[in-house]
Amino acid sequence: MEKRFMKGCEAIAEAAVRGGCRFFAGYPITPQNEIPEYLSWRLPEVGGAFVQGESEVASINMVYGAAATGTRAMTSSSGPGISLKAEGISYLASAQLPAVIVNISRGGPGLGSIQPAQSDYLQATKALGHGGFRTMVFAPATLQEAVDLTYNAWEYAERDRNPVLILMDGCLGAIMEEVVLPEPKELNYQNTEDWDLSKRNGRTDSHMITPILPEAALEMLNKFKGMSYKMWEMTDVKVEEYMVEDAEYVVVAYGIAARVAKEAINTLREEGHKVGMVRPITLYPFPKASLDNLDYTRVKGIIDIELTIPAQMRDDIELQVKGRCPVHEYGRSGGMLLDDEGVYNAIAEIVKGGE
Amino acid sequence: MITINSLMCKGCGYCIKFCPKHILEMGKERSEKGHFYPVQIDESACNGCAICALMCPEAAIEVAAKKA
Amino acid sequence: MPEYKRPKSLMPMATGYCPGCMHALATRLVADVIDELNQKDNAINVVSVGCSALNLYSWAGDVIGSAHGRAPAVATGIKRSMPDRLVFTYQGDGDLAAIGLAEIMSAANRGENFTVVFANNQTYGMTGGQMAPTTLIGQRTTTTRFGRDAATTGYPLQMCELISVLKAPVFVARYALNSPKGVMDAKKGIKKAFQMQLEGKGFTFVELLTNCPTNWGMSPLDTLEYMNTNTIPYFKPGIYKDEEADA
Repeated sequence: MEKRFMKGCEAIAEAAVRGGCRFFAGYPITPQNEIPEYLSWRLPEVGGAFVQGESEVASINMVYGAAATGTRAMTSSSGPGISLKAEGISYLASAQLPAVIVNISRGGPGLGSIQPAQSDYLQATKALGHGGFRTMVFAPATLQEAVDLTYNAWEYAERDRNPVLILMDGCLGAIMEEVVLPEPKELNYQNTEDWDLSKRNGRTDSHMITPILPEAALEMLNKFKGMSYKMWEMTDVKVEEYMVEDAEYVVVAYGIAARVAKEAINTLREEGHKVGMVRPITLYPFPKASLDNLDYTRVKGIIDIELTIPAQMRDDIELQVKGRCPVHEYGRSGGMLLDDEGVYNAIAEIVKGGE
Repeated sequence: MITINSLMCKGCGYCIKFCPKHILEMGKERSEKGHFYPVQIDESACNGCAICALMCPEAAIEVAAKKA
Repeated sequence: MPEYKRPKSLMPMATGYCPGCMHALATRLVADVIDELNQKDNAINVVSVGCSALNLYSWAGDVIGSAHGRAPAVATGIKRSMPDRLVFTYQGDGDLAAIGLAEIMSAANRGENFTVVFANNQTYGMTGGQMAPTTLIGQRTTTTRFGRDAATTGYPLQMCELISVLKAPVFVARYALNSPKGVMDAKKGIKKAFQMQLEGKGFTFVELLTNCPTNWGMSPLDTLEYMNTNTIPYFKPGIYKDEEADA
């Protein structure tokens, strides 16, 4: 255990190395450049490889190649670059290869802006590529959480043989906080025996890693994947419930938006208003129960706060609220930031209007 | 000296064209796969040069060493 | 006297290629060389998209499918992670010279220590014979009904010429598979490229001129002469770069 004062992107990079990452390929795009910059010198220190790809497309496919050898591989990018990686991420899912992808998100759509935004929720949770597959989506709200989620991301990726996405906005990528860095992991790839290209060990049978399958086999694969998504919902949901026990108004927010909202909730509590928050840490699997099981005889309103306009998580929220109370939304977009006053006012207006 | 695997052969005719001794011709029968495939018309004239095997896209022709 | 046995690097069944397709011949040549170098259990075949993808089902050693044009990126990831393995990509001309231009040029320019086997048949065979980046001027395809017109589609890309001007590649050569001499030379070239890779020398590139009887609309035998009169004069066979010979 080691305490360090680190920038968000660098903390993720160091946590990845300590979590066993030994291959990184990426392409420059703001606001995630500190990740490749850090790993360009850090990975060679631990015997890993860093490649600056000729594009995001090439980078994700380099990760695909490295992942096929059982090496813990990662790439990072931001909105437009993640769109370019979409095909490659779909291929990872199809070929059942583990990898970790980091999206330090910025304003969209299009080239958008290079300032922070939570504009990629829908892309991350609904369709990170073609073909109808899912990935786990981790959304840290503090750098310590970013470190811990990144450090353990390959455990999920390898268990499921599926890519994992870490979605963090450019604000968290740029801030500095104190983090406790966990001990470097002992690398143990025993569970990769039946597919990993590096595992010949005198075997004479060969491995075929393929993103294309005969129809019946592809249907089997998709059924299997469907079962693993169901399993995630039962075992892997991560959520923070903040003062929801008696809450009459429940804010739903993740990442940087949740941090700003928490300040506003604390102020409102001091003023005597019963406000709480459900903060999804896994955006997929979505913490359905935290919203479905609320006592709607008490809860008068849900407030979805996101650093994007229009709110993208709202559909997932409404599916759980099922019309039992109104769902409101507030956000900023395009690289404009959420501030304490704006968020406080937005929540206060709804809370005070309903009392 | 040469063996032609009719299950692999697709009847392209490259072996016939390039045989320097002209001892191969397209047979009259179809293989199980439905292709016409080459047959040797004069096995004794084969000099074992293996050009037929060299040109066969499907590796359907194997060549054994000439017995002394 | 030469003997010939079917290489163990191929699955014991016919390929998925059409009769007379030189993709099958090119694949078999690579398999011959891998067997001769005793590398079956050490080699990794990185196949791409197009008819080259049929290699997935005929290759008996380790094989990995990749996205269209991205085989050199995938091979980069593999080779950087496992430098001791013999890694090669098997790509067609649409894959390598159109959608995958960035990946092939960048991998070549980085001097990645793997081999690219490039089958150039001047058409998109798998999708039904559309114009490829290598389609000859005047050649008819399903998207150039009256023949490729340079005024609107430019000129066929000569990849050996392009790659050989880069500093990093150590071996760049082109062979035509329509004659025994060409096939024998091609086999030597593939072998040399693999040996250079095993010695850690750097990026090696072998282009094989192949055919597409189905989409050219010719019998396999007619493609041989077509290649002599049309393909070979434009895509000139030869060794474009050989760092060993220059040394």
